[in-house]
Amino acid sequence: MTTLRLIWRNRLAAFGGIVLCAVVVVALLAPLLPLPDPDLTAPAERLKPPFSAGALLGTDHLGRDLLSRLIWGTRLSLAVGIAAAVIAAAIGSTIGIIAGFRGGRIDNLLMRGIDMLMAFPYILLALAIVAVLGPGLVNALYAVAAVNVPFFARNIRGVTVGLAHREFVDAARLSGKSGARLVFTEILPNVLPVIVIAMSTTIGWMILETAGLSFLGLGSQPPQADLGSMLGEGRKLLITAPHASIVPGVMIFLIVMSVNLLGDGVRDALDPRLRSGALSRPAAATEVRRKAATPAAGAGAGPLLAVEGLETEFQVGARVYRAVGGVDLAIAPGECLGLIGESGSGKSVTALSLLRLVASPPGVITAGAVRIGGEDTLAMKPEALRRIRGARVSYIFQDPLGTLHPLLRVGDQLVEAIRAHAPVPRRAAWARAVAMLERVQIPNAAARARSYPHELSGGMRQRVGIALALVNDPELVIADEPTTALDVTVQAGILAILDGLRRERGLSLLFITHDFGVVSQLCDRVAVMYAGRIVETGPTAEVLAAPRHPYTRRLIACVPEIGAGRRRLEAIPGLPPPVDALPEGCAFAPRCDKAAERCRTGQIALEGSGDRAVRCLFPEEVPA
Amino acid sequence: MSAALQVEGLSKTFGGGRSLLGRARPAVHAVEDVSLRVARGETLGIVGESGCGKSTLARMLVGLSLPTAGRIEIAGRDLSEQIGDPAAFGRLIQYVFQDPIASLNPRKTIRQILEAPLRHLAGLDAPGRRARISELLDAVNLRAEFLDRYPHEFSGGQAQRIGIARALAAEPRILVLDEPVSALDVSVQAQVLNLLADLRARLDLTYLFISHDLAVVEAVSERIAVLYFGRLVETGPAAEIFARPRHPYTALLAASAPQVGRPLSPPAGEAQELPDPYAPPPGCAFAARCPRAEADCRAAPPPLRPMGGGRAAACLHPL
Repeated sequence: MTTLRLIWRNRLAAFGGIVLCAVVVVALLAPLLPLPDPDLTAPAERLKPPFSAGALLGTDHLGRDLLSRLIWGTRLSLAVGIAAAVIAAAIGSTIGIIAGFRGGRIDNLLMRGIDMLMAFPYILLALAIVAVLGPGLVNALYAVAAVNVPFFARNIRGVTVGLAHREFVDAARLSGKSGARLVFTEILPNVLPVIVIAMSTTIGWMILETAGLSFLGLGSQPPQADLGSMLGEGRKLLITAPHASIVPGVMIFLIVMSVNLLGDGVRDALDPRLRSGALSRPAAATEVRRKAATPAAGAGAGPLLAVEGLETEFQVGARVYRAVGGVDLAIAPGECLGLIGESGSGKSVTALSLLRLVASPPGVITAGAVRIGGEDTLAMKPEALRRIRGARVSYIFQDPLGTLHPLLRVGDQLVEAIRAHAPVPRRAAWARAVAMLERVQIPNAAARARSYPHELSGGMRQRVGIALALVNDPELVIADEPTTALDVTVQAGILAILDGLRRERGLSLLFITHDFGVVSQLCDRVAVMYAGRIVETGPTAEVLAAPRHPYTRRLIACVPEIGAGRRRLEAIPGLPPPVDALPEGCAFAPRCDKAAERCRTGQIALEGSGDRAVRCLFPEEVPA
Repeated sequence: MSAALQVEGLSKTFGGGRSLLGRARPAVHAVEDVSLRVARGETLGIVGESGCGKSTLARMLVGLSLPTAGRIEIAGRDLSEQIGDPAAFGRLIQYVFQDPIASLNPRKTIRQILEAPLRHLAGLDAPGRRARISELLDAVNLRAEFLDRYPHEFSGGQAQRIGIARALAAEPRILVLDEPVSALDVSVQAQVLNLLADLRARLDLTYLFISHDLAVVEAVSERIAVLYFGRLVETGPAAEIFARPRHPYTALLAASAPQVGRPLSPPAGEAQELPDPYAPPPGCAFAARCPRAEADCRAAPPPLRPMGGGRAAACLHPL
């Protein structure tokens, strides 16, 4: 249903679909329409121009009615083109699936055969096939199908190889499926959309190829009409009676164009990558559409980073996902704040919103202010924002393989980062880059600077990521789960480097994680997020020792700790609420055993005394 | 106690052999000479970092991957003959995958996914399957209305319950759990771990619990085996192995795990990476990172030696 709607929303595809439908309906209705016999010759009536009485599109050189021949010819051309596409898809996909699924020698044998088929120019191959089988429409069909088999075989093999090693195929093996059953019930349903896409984009091409063979006289034989043979007959009279070739020519153009437009629409609608909006380019900075006036800046020096009432939404169709629902944060110079929460709690979106890095569309910042050294980044021009990004404020991301450029040496990437913000000569920048790599304890830094990212291990890559973030001496570093993808022994090293650099340079650090152990080792203060809001904040040791929000307490309780021995964990029942349907009141109330009627209405404020605050009407008792 | 699973000298080498032109292809020894014994009803935890061969070991145990050498015996039956036939293994031992969503075919409903093992392994008829499916859903605390939905409609925790239900469908005696909770959030992780503990007690199951998270492994296991670079370096009771490690690598692992209230302790030594798998060192693979390494460590790989109290370590100079 959604696929159809997506195709329909694509105007060109819809136009193609309408034209194609009209052509197909007319062709299908040919026997019912009051048409004269397409093969009936009438030499007296020859070469009548279009719009003459009794022959709407005129007649050809034998006096046959062109309209009738056109409709019957279209019927034939469509049938042959579609049949060829189906045959090519069936044979090619079978070869592709077998080769991709079996692999090894069978794969080699089948694909080298396909390669040989591809080594011939297609028209030569088709001519050779027709020469062997003899001219005729059915033989032309075989030739066109054979020529297109490699396209399907190679396409489908690639997809199958990717699928054959997926976990769900292993799972099906362990469920007792094997051989043909595995192919038909597990692989085929996942390959089918690709076959449909490939067919929809090639069917026009096949109609064209069939017409080409008929044009050369190798396809349909006289007096039978198809579009190619009509064009071939009209060609001889191109000067004296242009309508005889223009009529079939326009029809070929209409069919192929409409098939291709529709095919592209089908591909865009079915391809998951295109569907998820990979083609839409995000803006350089997240769109800001504040519903209310900006909160006034506080007087005095203030903290380095001050976030007030930040709200970020994702607007997808009619749905609004409130990923960040009013976050207040402050980080003093040299301070490390840990932002902890589960996936979907909004911690990463909060971090990306600070420098307006959330992809827009669909992301929109709808409220709040982000002040870095007193300046509101949400009110900045893109150019001013660009000067801050990577210079005063920088990011370290979770996956360094995804954030480093795969085709540039790591040293060059550091040089680029340096020279983007300061006019440093290349040589000096390179020296600074190597010094920075040494500082993050990369052994043999001068040589490693010439490595590409894929040549480094995960731990080394993340060191490069840290070097990249610190090379411009930022005041604030935002680290988004920088060690989550790493092994524990590597993680310990990375955390030690980060902690050392932070103290040495007086950096402020916003450290995002889901791990209480890491927070306790690194951060001065911690803020706990749940469903887009901060539910508790305070000095790390105090919050971990005596959590006041029931969510914090139970989250800490359900994390196993080393040395505690074998035991039952205290799980939190249920799931976090979806952010497009947040409950009223406290978002944790549905999972909370202390929730009362009051928890489910109105807004609950983040309140507290001193440096601790909690968003709860019934906070936990603090032991005296 | 009878052994539910016994493995002797299991090895797996990828690559190797010669190319068409007679050149030797590089070989990687993913798992080397691993011997294990898991008693019935026991949970054996297997820990190790990425690249240590724990997933390769798990795939061999369930018959998804062919061992290069070694013997696998499940419930007293030698399965060496059936290797390469996951269905023969599937009735005795099952596997729970790390990525719960990826292990479910995106184009199948949950009902179709759960029916496969019932039909092909247990050979149940339609009414039998229906009854068993509702039993399975009850066992993993899922509602029956989920049956006709597709995998993408589920959260990670729910999808992992479905994965567990599928593994249990053909009533195997042993489950190999390959990082079953590492893709899940902590609050959901605890739910799934508790579910696994309940199922084990109720159905008298034996678990092999593979994870990189020491705290999780310690919380669920009776015994723990530590893998490093394809070899077992230490085994012992869960309560002791991290508290009083004998192998220096186990000690390093235990000290590296971030823990509330413990200061950061950066590991000593320059080399913090695994050795090159294409050019493994002749002796102990950990020697380059080990503060206690001596000349004899670098000569030959040390064998796993009993150290008393049910413990064993592959170290010449244990702690």
